[in-house]
Amino acid sequence: MKKIEKARLPELFAALNETAALYLPADRDGVAAFTRWQEGVTLTEKLNTVRSAKDLFFPQVETLANFKTQGGTIEIEDAARQDEDFIVFGVRACDLRSFEILDRVFLAEPQDTFYKARREHAAIITLACNAPEETCFCTAFSIDAADPQGDVTAFLTDTALCLRANTEKGENLLAKLPLSDGAESEIAAWQKQARETLEKLPIQLDLSGFTGERMMELFNHPAWQPLSEACLGCGTCTFVCPTCQCYDVKDFKTKDGVQRFRCWDSCMYSDFTMMSAGQPRPTQKERFRQRFMHKLVYYPMNNEGIFSCVGCGRCLQKCPIHMNIVKVAKTLGGERDA
Amino acid sequence: MQVKEKAIELLSSGKVSRVLGWKQGEFCYDLTPAVFESAEEVERSFVFSPLAGANLAKYLIAESRKEGVVAAFLKPCDSYSVLQLCKEHRIRRENVYLVGVPCEGTVDPDLLRENAKGLTAVREAGGTLVCDTLYGEKRVDLSAVLLERCKVCKSKKIVVFDELLGENGEENPQSTRFAAVEEIENLTPEERYAFWQKELSRCIRCNACRNVCPACSCETCVFDNAKLGTDNKAPASRFEEQYFHIIRAFHVAGRCTDCGECSRVCPQKIPLHLLNRKFIRDMNTLYGQYQAGADEESLPPMLDFRMDDCEPSAARGGKQA
Amino acid sequence: MQVNGAWQPTIVAFCCNWCSYAGADLTGTNRLAYPANVKIIRIPCSCRLNPLFILRAFGRGADGVILCGCHPGDCHYTTGNYYARRRMTLLFSMLDFLGIERERTRVEWVSAAEGAKFAAVMNDFVRQITVLGENKRLEDFRCK
Repeated sequence: MKKIEKARLPELFAALNETAALYLPADRDGVAAFTRWQEGVTLTEKLNTVRSAKDLFFPQVETLANFKTQGGTIEIEDAARQDEDFIVFGVRACDLRSFEILDRVFLAEPQDTFYKARREHAAIITLACNAPEETCFCTAFSIDAADPQGDVTAFLTDTALCLRANTEKGENLLAKLPLSDGAESEIAAWQKQARETLEKLPIQLDLSGFTGERMMELFNHPAWQPLSEACLGCGTCTFVCPTCQCYDVKDFKTKDGVQRFRCWDSCMYSDFTMMSAGQPRPTQKERFRQRFMHKLVYYPMNNEGIFSCVGCGRCLQKCPIHMNIVKVAKTLGGERDA
Repeated sequence: MQVKEKAIELLSSGKVSRVLGWKQGEFCYDLTPAVFESAEEVERSFVFSPLAGANLAKYLIAESRKEGVVAAFLKPCDSYSVLQLCKEHRIRRENVYLVGVPCEGTVDPDLLRENAKGLTAVREAGGTLVCDTLYGEKRVDLSAVLLERCKVCKSKKIVVFDELLGENGEENPQSTRFAAVEEIENLTPEERYAFWQKELSRCIRCNACRNVCPACSCETCVFDNAKLGTDNKAPASRFEEQYFHIIRAFHVAGRCTDCGECSRVCPQKIPLHLLNRKFIRDMNTLYGQYQAGADEESLPPMLDFRMDDCEPSAARGGKQA
Repeated sequence: MQVNGAWQPTIVAFCCNWCSYAGADLTGTNRLAYPANVKIIRIPCSCRLNPLFILRAFGRGADGVILCGCHPGDCHYTTGNYYARRRMTLLFSMLDFLGIERERTRVEWVSAAEGAKFAAVMNDFVRQITVLGENKRLEDFRCK
């Protein structure tokens, strides 16, 4: 365990940035976002960012290839992969779990080389939680927010930032920083208080009913209709979600060629997976159902029962009509009727 | 709980077959618009509070096309949207029963949560919100956590209703809702450009502003048209953001009632209402005072003209360099 | 647009079929010159001009956009240009509000008989945009 006084955080960030490009959650016009560190950028007071840490590995838009036409020839230019190391500071436990979920999608064969390059070049410094908000429900997914892993774990107490390396990458990183020695015991009380708060979180979810055997039963559940009734069909929940990974590949006609790029897509949109025969999910009910069935049933079926939700609570805060995975899970779990 | 009782009465008397209202969520602030079909359902989960911010007007487009009469509760802002949609023949007036509800302002849940971290429950006590949080009780002044649109409320008048709960309010000509627009107009073009770049660059193209807007009621939006090449789902360049937001605001110019839903729902807190208000202000100064949704007869400025309208060369969006 | 290593503005001119488009023809038959930077797009009436077109033109590399229509009162469809006038007034005001140079957009009323005016307007507009320089604020950088 290493530590540094809280007042010396800017010094720490500068030192981190010396080793590799540093990203950390900072306030940008009142909205917390992962920001490239530079002199004067300070850690946000907010619990979490609006857009998740997923952005740094799977950005909203990225170019895949460029096609240049000249006369009768077409030149294909592959887009560059991440080739420089970078550090992400302040990843919360929920966002860290989301990387595991995304890895199972993007690193399965055939591997997504863009994502893979970013994962390999990143060092992740997680930040333990001690003041969760009422919208947090990471405990439902057995996430210990008071002790996340990652390459390095950071604990921000009233006076100091304590750092613990979890991997060799983390050890090497900490060795380059101006830190003093600390002891595990220094954060024991802090962690105990944090866990007590986490135990008291108001949202307690029972997800035992979401199993592969019940897939068709859940799919045909009458509650989807009333649940989806108010859904506006916007993409807010999918775009702030740390685990949503659907994207669309599109071509853009540039001046002298074509740029092939991918951008996040949302199953909530009316043109999602549009085919020449039309839209396979014609109404908002089916689109809405798809999102939650994917998170709570399909994904776990394919991935040893791991739910593709991390309980970060972003959709609870940001949905314009406040419909969210908690309400869906509780309704279909039978705790409340629709 | 006058509103809830009215909903029960309407349903049990058989006057309406459905009621459009707000449904209890996990906490005090996450109310979801919902259709209630029985008095029992209303009894169980109908809520009306200063946190019922959602404008229900847009839902009436679909609801009024279903069998039977649907009742809806309208705050003053919502009533403007409903009347505008009736004017455009989008809502079938004969299938809706409108109950006007006076409003003293709706709360911005984000502001409230910032002031009361870990918020779980809230009750109103004479202009003060008493909040239960994970970290103890906290008292917050109602006026401090109102939505922007409510701080500069343009009207407390309910313009369309079949029945009114309480007293109807008045329009507020003293509203300072254009002050922020004027502030931007007084910047230099460089500063204005920098301001909007800063704001719009946060856009994630979630389309919440468009989808929530009662005026955006096209069956297929121009931005969902893959054939036109305007359907880019992500702001791939800074051009996209401007393109989308300018056209979004332009398409509702003259029909936008300034209900403020676009800014309320923006996950990135972009002050989108300023674009709409700029259009409203320009139309007011150039073509005469007009409030969309205030009546069913008047001709909206974009469907009207005068021989002596000013030339486009006179159009100025602010101070010149 | 780069011509012989020097920057030249690209101008898109939306011209009403019934007046300015014929006016541009007259400019040619009268052997009056206007710069080749101007690319004309024929539209059936000035009120056909969707604001999307203007933004799209800027996005795809135009440095200036001009709309030419019949003089107010002379619209082939009686009132189209009156509506266009209101729309463009609002749109230009909005672009200015967003800090995009006000001088990049213009509306001119040019009749089929005004070949000389068409040439004069285009010459003036190209000069104005040349002074203003490249469109940077409303460009789609992917089109560069």
